[in-house]
Amino acid sequence: MRPATSYHPQNKNEAVILAPVRRVTFEERWLWAILLGLMGLGAYAYLTQWNSGLGVTGLNRPVYWGIYITNFVFFIGLAHSGTFISAILRLAGAGWRKPLTRAAEAITLFSLPFGVGSILIDMGRPDRVLNIMFYGRFQSPLLWDITAVSLYLFSSIVFFYLSLLPDIALCRDRLTEAPAWQQKMYKILALGWMGRPEQFERLERVLDGMAIFMTLLVVTVHTVVSWVFGMTVEPGWHTALIGPFFLVGAIFSGTAAVVIVLAILRRVYHMENVLPVSLFNSLRKLLIVFTVAWLYMMIAEFLTASYGGLADEMPVIWQKFTGDFAGLFWTMALAVFVFPILIFVFLGKDHIGWMVTACVLINIGMWIERFVVIVPTETRPRLVSTLMEGMGNYTPSWVEIAITVSLFAGLTLLYVVFTRFFPIVPIWETAEETAETELPPVEPRRKVFGTRQSL
Amino acid sequence: MLAIDAKDKEKIVMPLFRTSRAFIALVSALGTLALIGVAAYARQLYLGLGVTNMDRPVYWSTYMVNFIFFIGISHAGTLISAILRVTGAEWRRPITRVAEAITVFALMIGTLQIIIDMGRPDRLAFTILNGRLQSPIIWDIVSVTVYFLSSITYLYLPLMPDAAILRDNCPPDAPAWQVKMYTLLALGWRGNRAQWVRLEKGIAFLAVFIIPVAISVHSIISWILATTVQPGWHSTIFGPYFVIGAIFSGIGALFLAMTGIRKALGLEGYIGLRQYRNLGLLFLTMNALWFYFTYAENLGIAAGQQPEEFVVLAAKLWGEFAPTFWLMILMMVAAFWILVVPKLLPASVERVEVFQPRVAFASVGAAVILFALVSLSPRTPALAALSTANSLTLAWAAIIALLIFAALGVTFWLKAHPVASATIAGGIVLVGMWLERWNIILPTVTHPRLIPYAAYFPSLTEGLVTLGSLALFVMMFVVFFKFFPAVSIWEVAEGRVIEAAQSKNIMPAPEPSKTGLLRPRKFKL
Amino acid sequence: MSKWSMVIDLDKCVACQACSIACRFENNTPAVAPDQAEMGRAMRWNDVFPMPINSMEGSGEYPNVKTQYMTRPCMHCENPPCIKVCPVGATFINEEGLVEQNYARCIGCRFCTVGCPYGVRYFNWFEPQWEAPLAEHLNPDKVEGKGVLEGPAVRPRGVVEKCTYCIHRLKKAHAQAEAEGRDFRADEYVPACVQTCTGKARFFGDLEDPNSAVSQLEKNTRSFRLLEDVGTHPKTIYLREG
Repeated sequence: MRPATSYHPQNKNEAVILAPVRRVTFEERWLWAILLGLMGLGAYAYLTQWNSGLGVTGLNRPVYWGIYITNFVFFIGLAHSGTFISAILRLAGAGWRKPLTRAAEAITLFSLPFGVGSILIDMGRPDRVLNIMFYGRFQSPLLWDITAVSLYLFSSIVFFYLSLLPDIALCRDRLTEAPAWQQKMYKILALGWMGRPEQFERLERVLDGMAIFMTLLVVTVHTVVSWVFGMTVEPGWHTALIGPFFLVGAIFSGTAAVVIVLAILRRVYHMENVLPVSLFNSLRKLLIVFTVAWLYMMIAEFLTASYGGLADEMPVIWQKFTGDFAGLFWTMALAVFVFPILIFVFLGKDHIGWMVTACVLINIGMWIERFVVIVPTETRPRLVSTLMEGMGNYTPSWVEIAITVSLFAGLTLLYVVFTRFFPIVPIWETAEETAETELPPVEPRRKVFGTRQSL
Repeated sequence: MLAIDAKDKEKIVMPLFRTSRAFIALVSALGTLALIGVAAYARQLYLGLGVTNMDRPVYWSTYMVNFIFFIGISHAGTLISAILRVTGAEWRRPITRVAEAITVFALMIGTLQIIIDMGRPDRLAFTILNGRLQSPIIWDIVSVTVYFLSSITYLYLPLMPDAAILRDNCPPDAPAWQVKMYTLLALGWRGNRAQWVRLEKGIAFLAVFIIPVAISVHSIISWILATTVQPGWHSTIFGPYFVIGAIFSGIGALFLAMTGIRKALGLEGYIGLRQYRNLGLLFLTMNALWFYFTYAENLGIAAGQQPEEFVVLAAKLWGEFAPTFWLMILMMVAAFWILVVPKLLPASVERVEVFQPRVAFASVGAAVILFALVSLSPRTPALAALSTANSLTLAWAAIIALLIFAALGVTFWLKAHPVASATIAGGIVLVGMWLERWNIILPTVTHPRLIPYAAYFPSLTEGLVTLGSLALFVMMFVVFFKFFPAVSIWEVAEGRVIEAAQSKNIMPAPEPSKTGLLRPRKFKL
Repeated sequence: MSKWSMVIDLDKCVACQACSIACRFENNTPAVAPDQAEMGRAMRWNDVFPMPINSMEGSGEYPNVKTQYMTRPCMHCENPPCIKVCPVGATFINEEGLVEQNYARCIGCRFCTVGCPYGVRYFNWFEPQWEAPLAEHLNPDKVEGKGVLEGPAVRPRGVVEKCTYCIHRLKKAHAQAEAEGRDFRADEYVPACVQTCTGKARFFGDLEDPNSAVSQLEKNTRSFRLLEDVGTHPKTIYLREG
């Protein structure tokens, strides 16, 4: 039992936020079991692949990259949610974001490993993964990719941990009924945080600096991921817009994922006061901008490419518009743009249910979008002679589907377990002193991030 | 009878009724330049486009560069007035009118450039009578027209209350035609609540409407180039790339205009450091984004190495366009440096004696001399010693070191003169962005797939017309602000009221923090 | 309807430039002053120019010169990049597959000119001029109508022009056939360059007619088109040397 000499800012919602950490319900254990089961299925599927080789997938010539790579790009894209909320909105001074930061960064933190994992799963010789370090060539976009994503993962862990630190100390001090091992965990992880004013100031300054760094990193990471495709000469991939295109898509799908997660947390943990509807309204405005920005990217890409009419590019474009992938492409267009924009503009205000519907559609659509960027190009290579009878089709096998499902299950499981050990809403950031009032523009030099209230 | 703060009246209203000699001199000089440009154009009209230096395959050159440049500058108004209004940034209030004026006049001069470039300007009406919606030029005409009409409206709506203020606050000796002009423009504005509500709604709607229009304008202009199949142009990134570049150059133009107006009319109390600082942050963001887009564009071409595309890139990197390309990069880096260094330099750092502008200029001079020697070295036997690999490397290293030294040297001066440094950065960016348009259009037209290479250098006609257009632009701007207030009187007054109301919400600051962060906390230790 | 096409056998072409000269006089293309020609403003609807055999390597040095001569009219593409971009419809494709240029409509924006990857389009920088005896011997043929001015018609300043596959000869042949009350025959229409070619290297005809020379030659193993990867589907077909 710790003497109350450490300081924690007053937060009237503390009880509500800490409630999930205090107990694990019976239903939750069932959820964990189911998720573990799905992960087990995925592990079994991967074991099959490890034993027999990548032939157990639906991959073939010329479709050498399929849904594993789609998953990779999708999960890295999902990871941009957290950085956008914590870092970019922090720099923009949007104070309303504070309750969301940890929930969003948790998405980042837990989806990055699955993104990296997807690549390992896709490798033909995963046992030789260390060759990347021993014989790595910096000319390869894959190596830039690995460097950027590793840096991103590392920085996200640091950023996440630092912003978690005062709350770990809070758990150490408040959760007196927790099991001894859990209390010991908090004590170790709290690193002796006492809540002194200079500790808080140092923390804020480091977070400000990291926010700038993370913003630069987020722009770099997804651009570099896209350049794995962009630096080839393949039609449909070798397009200069691919960097910004993927970046806008990532922030878009990430923000939509944040909305889904927030709505679930709000409902399951009864956090109506902590995560009010105004948060969703602010996110709605951002999502409208992103939806329109995504449409703009699509127009820029397809208008330019189709007007040029280059003989290599057109077959790929027709594949997407009217060919084998037309069903997926137009489903994506409906799911990512048409329905969401209608929902956001007309139905979304103050209505969390509709927001979640739109965001679920967006994420499904964005997964399809990654697929539709990757696979159609492979099905229409330049030398048409490589496409003989029966070639150029791709149907994922049960192994790929099982592994994909298990990746999502893994992400969910990590997330759910996290919410049971640490408060998912940052108690110290949403504390009373900095919450309600908007500080006037006094002396500009002393303006601090995070003082503006709503969007 | 609309009341006005006495200080506002003295600083903003009174200059509109006084004509200084400086003003007349300025307008005469600009007018002369513009007339010279008109004369050059008249000659071109009479003789044909042959008086330019355009040839086959360089069918598009200086006039197109000017067109894209001026339309790019016009994005200043949209950014400041509309986007900042929509996001609720209060600091925009003193500069909205300057920005909106830039937009309107830049659009006019930009459109003029295209008409100057046409082989048959007498057939301009064909674009309406026989217009084909398939052509990117028609999309351009439509979007620029919509943007122009919206911008004029967006300039006029906030001008209405100001015109009413002027109507009611003219000095007794004001010329009758001027008072009549304000009365007409005020459209009977009384300033009652119903009218304000309607005006606010109108402006708010226009602000939201004009943002996608502005984005579409510069995207469509870029798609004029991108929808061809020419190497270097047929790139999907052009849409967002040009929009970012436009906003970037718009902020640069805005810096210049802000400083000019501020200096000329003594408006330091209105257009203050807060505006420069916040615009500077936006400027830096746009600069970074511009580098991102340029890098993305060129890296793809360098990696793909497709023969026709790579030739164009090679011409820019180390070929005949290397001087303009690297000069452009240098300018963008310099602009970034000028604005970012003062922010990074802590106030308490002691000034190093050797870091003075004089020394900086001297080192830049030395770098330039070295550069001249290095470029000349193969040709002059006397300098043959300089052309060995070792000495060339040394020379380049010395040039870069001198430039970095100079850059460091001016940091203290930059920090001490925020307004001047912002203005310099703005000017640099305008030159850099003009060069950027040049570097996009010329290398592609001079390196087509099948035609043997041609060289291009602007002719006297093109130079005079460009100069005349610039002079006309500045002249229109200056004359406009001779008759209309440079600062939006009612918006600034509104801002003061809002700030006063907010200041009542101050929380009492607790013990002062050591590091200077303003974060009031109630500590209970 | 017909789909007119031209086949040029590079094995037989001797680069004598008779085609270019015939085209010039048939279509009233002015010669430009020497300083203008140096600037690259010479107008050659049919251009004869050297091209390296391997575009990545260049022409080489005498005596190991690796160059060939190309003779190049307008490609009259089936997917013309010039037509897509014309804002006023001054250039358009007609039902017989000819890409036409209407001098009366053109506003001189030169979008088509920068858009053509083959460089077949030319611009009237000044008012076209001919030296004294030539000025009196211009070809009077032209295609004229309400708001239409095409073919050899003397161009005004500031408009774009290009090879028309001698459209005026097509119109004349159609008119002749109609006047005589009979069907139009494909062999009555032949552009000036094809008619003149000294080496009998040029062929012209209707691709829709399977028995025409061009249809037969199109199937030849030596046949190729310029810049096929750009997606323009040009109708001017070449037969490779060797």
